[in-house]
Parts: sequence; structure tokens; C-alpha cells
Amino acid sequence: MTSERYGIDLLVIGAGVIGAAVAHYAAETGMRVTVVDQQGVAGGSTGAGEGNLLVSDKAPGPELDLAVLSARLWSELAAEVGGFEYETKGGLVVTSRADTVDGLVDLAARQRRGGVTANRIDDVRQLEPHLRDGILAAVHYPQDAQVMPALAAARLLDHPNIAVHTGVTVTGAVTSHRGRVVGVVTSQGQYSCGNVVVAAGAATGQLSTVLGAPIPISPRRGVVLVTAAMPPLVRHKVYTADYLADVASDDSGLQTSPVVEGTPAGPILIGASRERVGFERTRTQPVWRRLAAGAVDLFPVLRDVPVIRAYSGFRPFSPDHLPVIGPDDRLPGLWHASGHEGAGVGLAAATGRLLTQSILGELTDVDLAAFSPARFEERR
Amino acid sequence: MSDFDISVDGREIPVEMGQSLAAAMTAAGITTFRRTRVASRPRGMFCGIGVCFDCLVTVNGAADVRACLEQAWPGDVVSTEEPTDV
Amino acid sequence: MYDLIVIGAGPAGLAAAEVAAADGRVAVVDMNVRPGGQYWRHSAVDASRARGRIARRQRMLSGVDYFPRHRVWNIERGDRFRVNTLSGQRDPEPVVLEGRAVLLATGAYDRTLPFPGWDLPGVMTAGGVQSLWKGDGVIPDGRIVVAGTGPFLLPVATGIAAGGGDLVGVWEANRLGRDAVALAGNLAKAGEAVGYAARMARRRVPYRTGAAVVAAHGRDRLESVTVAQVTANWRVVPGTRRRVACDVLAVGYGFMPQLELAESLGCRLVPGVDGWPVVAVSATQRTSIPGVYAAGESTGVGGAVLAEYEGRLAGHAVVGSRPSARLLAARGNAQRFADRLAKAFPVREGWRGWLADDTVVCRCEEVDHAAVTRAVAAGGVDPRTAKLLSRAGMGWCQGRVCGFAVTCLTNDDRSALPVSRSIGQPVGLGVLAGEGEDGD
Repeated sequence: MTSERYGIDLLVIGAGVIGAAVAHYAAETGMRVTVVDQQGVAGGSTGAGEGNLLVSDKAPGPELDLAVLSARLWSELAAEVGGFEYETKGGLVVTSRADTVDGLVDLAARQRRGGVTANRIDDVRQLEPHLRDGILAAVHYPQDAQVMPALAAARLLDHPNIAVHTGVTVTGAVTSHRGRVVGVVTSQGQYSCGNVVVAAGAATGQLSTVLGAPIPISPRRGVVLVTAAMPPLVRHKVYTADYLADVASDDSGLQTSPVVEGTPAGPILIGASRERVGFERTRTQPVWRRLAAGAVDLFPVLRDVPVIRAYSGFRPFSPDHLPVIGPDDRLPGLWHASGHEGAGVGLAAATGRLLTQSILGELTDVDLAAFSPARFEERR
Repeated sequence: MSDFDISVDGREIPVEMGQSLAAAMTAAGITTFRRTRVASRPRGMFCGIGVCFDCLVTVNGAADVRACLEQAWPGDVVSTEEPTDV
Repeated sequence: MYDLIVIGAGPAGLAAAEVAAADGRVAVVDMNVRPGGQYWRHSAVDASRARGRIARRQRMLSGVDYFPRHRVWNIERGDRFRVNTLSGQRDPEPVVLEGRAVLLATGAYDRTLPFPGWDLPGVMTAGGVQSLWKGDGVIPDGRIVVAGTGPFLLPVATGIAAGGGDLVGVWEANRLGRDAVALAGNLAKAGEAVGYAARMARRRVPYRTGAAVVAAHGRDRLESVTVAQVTANWRVVPGTRRRVACDVLAVGYGFMPQLELAESLGCRLVPGVDGWPVVAVSATQRTSIPGVYAAGESTGVGGAVLAEYEGRLAGHAVVGSRPSARLLAARGNAQRFADRLAKAFPVREGWRGWLADDTVVCRCEEVDHAAVTRAVAAGGVDPRTAKLLSRAGMGWCQGRVCGFAVTCLTNDDRSALPVSRSIGQPVGLGVLAGEGEDGD
């Protein structure tokens, strides 16, 4: 219990896709990185994610800028690192509701101005032959892609400059007289390091408090249905325009909107739900009903397709729906990379690159002001 | 001994009332019930009690039926060659 | 609304139903066509003759609402239990039962260890071969080898021989002390005059101990197996491998309880006698969740006699009647006997050395040993992460068959055995959406 570890340039708490991306980009600059995690690799939200890299669901603004950069970086990582089932399958957003047509079309126009390729589709059956009748508007986003998130985290962590210590629970920060971070205390001893990154996903609320620098991240549960392997019935990630309203809301009650996507391995993934129920994994039956009904409504051919598994994931939710990326000015040496909600996998590459630039004191490719941890502090 | 016949991939095989599809097929010497999705390897009855899902066949057009759990009925048409998964 | 819904019509479930039906409204739900579970499995012919034991067991269902061919895919807990079932496979129909209490008597299934060629048609579990014989009156054609470990291999072997099968022999991997042989012989507890071992000796069927089937061979079906002597730890003794031609292999390494309904209801699981998880129950079969009871193999694999006693105790507990001291004592004796038996036939870790790189570990997703090893090296430190990185356990059977092996090959943490399956049986999206239910 009194073992100590030195010689670490960057300590990353969290071996999910965000921690892995931060560790990767830091390691590439020559930093010696150690990643610790309570569980194993991808033990949290990353292991429950569908692995989407989306630009389609973001309105112009800081998050879209992050997503556009991240999309480019992920395709570079696919070429340089690889081995995580990167697929540029494209996304399709549809609506059969007359009252959402204008909103969808307008959003697409604004996204185009933000650098996104968004094509209005007239004959949606060319792209998705099994889609329901009565689609009033459809937009295709060829830049949307997908990876297998646990594999992505594992592959990014596989780097000569990165050491991964699993089963390590961080219990506190060690600070100098001047109030700088100089290390952390853990269940497996002390780690000495002047730069510590909190990339703990939905557990960040609790961990950041333990470190003395609380950040208001809390879990927002999502439930996913997984079918048996099917012939290719669904070719893209397909979702309705309702999704957009869902992400932006704050209601703690159950919200669902249909999301259906095929995978290379064969199973079809069905979402999407949002609830604030802490870390509760049971009592998901009402959610299943709504997810299943939404999927069958979008793709009637799915009615007889068997679901073989359902699972819950906990998105790291921040009060303003923007991630938290940057230095903690209460505790110099402490950095944050969390709060990505449902967009963690997609935004991981950019988060990793930008935070590394920030740690090295370089100008960041995208301005991190909107993601500053300081925005939650009370105005003094 | 046989009470009726069923057809498996076009071949008539005898069945005793109450037997499962898997039992009738095994008694008729049929060992391959399906082929796997990735490597197209043959699979037959394995656990016999509905846990392993290796014995999946298509019966009268219904896919992914566990043959070990399903009682055979006169006139059943069973296929081992239709894709029961991808 | 039922006072008790029994899940499983094996010895535990039938015994509970019989006791509880005297004082309450009882439903019995079961996946199979006929009652009896595995231990009391019988054929349609047996059922129609309705003699002796089988008739007695059929009578246990009188006064009970019996739902055969219904599989439970989920149980909801609330002010009452909603047992969500599907009836039939060809055109599955959703049937929901509501009750004040549920008894999980879902039994167990053969524990399987991967080995080269185990996925060939013709390789079956010991329980699978026995279910063919007892449930359908079918013995497969050709030469039959029985292998694995456990007292269960004996009734499987004698059943094959009695049915006219061409039994080549039995290969029991454990070396048996005197205790184990006596225990195994005592399996003939239901009034039979002659122990299994004696029966086999009479038929001159070789019963080898400290020997295992370490590989199966064939192109599209089983054609032969490699047998070998193994050490106490199940490592192959060099120079002892030899080929045995055969058409069928009945292989079993004990049993794993079916735990997914208990787990999804939130019942506490504890290590059983062999360290692998079982449902924790009180002396009267209550689980940690009010209104949920468990009896039979799910509380610890212990055989039909113990299961029946536990079922009766659960039935009494549900309707509030006191069990007799004799029943409690009989259960205690049967429990002790079962525990001794379990300890006499452990799985030893040397089986891992039988695996080649290309040996399938997850049958459903065709994930081989090399892929699992790569997943472990990439950070798959526990079964769940190894599953994410290799797909082992993600297919139709959701890790029932490969879970034991994957747990051993990752962190060997028996409490990490993947049992979480909130969707217990495949269910169509239309059914899941509630289509066909009242009011929808």
C-alpha cells in the first residue's frame, strides 16, 4: 500500500475512449503516460457505446467544430492505428412528422455552412429499402462513421509510451504547498505526477469531488437493444429528427426517439433513450417497449426480428450539454476531459488532441473556451 | 414404429408421435442442422435442451427454431440450408 | 392473479406446485413439451402409458394451471410479479402471467469445456444424449464415447447401453478416491437394486479414470476422438494419446445452474460448493428479494432428490404452512450428500492445455482461442471486457456455453461469471413493443 510510482509525465484517470485518446496523443509527443482505471479498459460508458462518430446531430457551434475536427482525426487514427472496425457508413436523419420537416431542413442548411456535408434525399428507399412509408424529409450525412468503441480504446492504449494499470481506484489528490497537484493517492499506492487528467466519464461527478475540484457531471442512462445477426436490412445509422429535441432537453423523465443501425458483425442496434435514474440498471422494461415500438415503426420488417440482449449505459451528462475540456483553475495541474454525454466516442479524438495541445501550452486547433471547467463555478 | 413423416431438405423421414424435430433428424442420421455465419462450419444438436442454439432450423418458413425444443408435426417442412442467421 | 408462479416443471417445480396448490392458486410455466425437466424427462410414449413414477409426477400438476412450451424471457417486479413468456416457437405468442410470488426452479445445463473439434456435429453434451434417449426414445447410430467428469456420466452410459447403443466406453477425467466411487454408486437411490458401476461391469463397458477426450476429429462430422491419460491436474500425460474411432461423443463436466432470472430480479448470488455462483436462499428457499423463491439446481447443483425436497420447502414457505421436521432433515442429508459429490468431481485447470490456437471457444460467434488470448492481451482483464473485445459471449446463447471457459481464460474470478441476461430468451421486436397485448 505504500508503493509509489514516479517518472510519469501525464497521469490519466479513466481507461475509456476519452482517456485512451488523451493518452495516445500525449504519448505521441513523447510524454510518458500512465492510465489508471477502477475497472478495466472500456469498463464504463465506452463499453456500452454504439461507437458513433456523428456530425449529423450537432447544430453549428463549438460542439460541431469539435465533431468536424474529430471526424478527420478518427480517419487518420484508423489509418495509423487501425483495428477498431472503423466504418464510414453514413447517417440518415428522417422524419414522418410534418411539424419537424422545417426544423430538419433548416438544421441541415446551417450545418452545411459549418462544414458538414448534408444532402437532402428525395427517394430515401434508394438508401434504405426497408424504411417505412410516409417519410416526409430525409437528410443523408456521408461523414457519419462508426467504430467499435472498446476496441478503439484498447488500440489507442497500445502504445510504447503508455502504461495501463487496471483495478486502481483513486481516493484523493496530493497537492503542494502552493496548491498544485503533485500526484494522486489510490487503492494501489501513490502516483507522483504534476499533470493529472480526469477522464472518468459518468463517474466524474464523484471522482472530481474526491479530488477537491468538483465538476457537475452525472449519469444519463441509455438502453440499447441488440438483435441476433441479420442479413443487411439497415445500411446506415438511421434516426428520426426527434433525436435532436431529445438531446437538448433536461427532463429527468424517460425520453426516447428511434435510432436503428446495422453493424458489420450482423446484429442491429436499437436506441435511443435518456433518463436520469442514477446508475440503476434494472427496471428497464418500459424503455424496451418504447425502443422496440420506435424501431418497428421506422422499419416494419423488423417486427419479427429477435432481440437477444439489452443493456444499459450511463452517459456523462453536463448541465449545458457541452463537454468539459481544459485546465481546472482551482487545482493547477489538474485537467478535465469528460461530460461528452452521448457523443464521447465521436469527440474523443479531438478531445485527446486538443487537451494534449493545452497541456503542452500550445495553441489549440479549436478554441476550448466553451468547454472550460471554470464555467460551472459560482461567479465570485 | 413411425407414426408419420416430415420432410427435411426435401427428404421424407419417419417420426414417432411426440418426438422433437432434433430427435427425428438424429434418428434419420442427419447430423448437420445448419452452417455457421462466419466460417460456414456444420453444426448439429449439441446441448439438447434449448440452451446452446446450435440446432436452429427453419420449420414451415419460421426461422431460428430450436429443433431440440420443437415437437414434430405431420407434414412439417424443415430446412437446414436457409440462412437462419446472416 | 396467482399466489405462486413456478418457473420450471422439473422435480423442484413440480414438488413446489403440489404443496402450494393445496392452499393457493398456482401456475407452472415450462419451456418443454412435457413436464419433468431434465431429471424426470420422459417420452410421449411413457406419458401416454402413465404408469408408476410418471403417473405420480403427472398428478403433481393436478389443481395447477400448467403452461408447457412457454419460455420466460423476463420477470418484472412491482406490486406484483409479471412473468413475460412466449408460447411456441413457430409463431411465438406473448403470454403474461401475474402472481404474488415466483419460484425459480429453472434447473441447470451441462458445463462444457472447449477442446479441439468440439464443434463438430456428433459431439453432444452428456445431458443432450440423455435427453434424446429419455425424452424421445432415440439413441444415435454408431459408436458412442462418453467422457468428461461427474457421476452423471454413469447413468448416461448405462442408458445408452440399455437402449441398444454401441457404447465404446467411459473416460472419466478425475482419479477417483474410494469416496467418489461409493458416492457414484449411491446414485441408484431411487430403489434400484444394482449400482451403475456394477451394471457397466456386467456389460463389459470400460470405465477409465484419469483419462479424457482431449480432441475430436472429422471433416463435417465426428469420426474419431483422441483420448489420453491426464494427470491429477488434467494435463495430458505425454505418450498416452491414442485415437478411438467413434460417431458420437457424449461429453459433460458437471452442471451450471441457470441463473439469469434470479440475477435480473436482483437476487443475491453467492459462491456454491465449487466456487461458482448460485442463488443465495434461506432454509425455507427464500431469496434476497421478497416474493422470489428458488429451489433445485439454481441454489446449488444437487440432483433430483434434493431438488424435490427444496421444492416442497418452497411450496410450504409460499403458502405459509410449516414443513415437517422430517422434510427438513431429509433435505439436510441430501444437501450434504450433494456437496460431497460435487467436491469429488471438480474441473481441473489442465484442460486449458488441450486448446489449440484455432479451437473455437465461443461457438455462437465462432471466436477461437487465439482471439480470446488477443483480447486478454489488449485489456480484456475480465470476462465482460474480453467479451467486448472478442465478441465471445455476444451470440444467441449469450455466454451460457462459453462463459465458464472465458471466465477461466480471463481473470478466473468465479463471481465474474457472466450471468446478466435481462432478456432471458430471444424475443421478437413486435412482442417487445407490446403488440398483441390487451389494449395495444
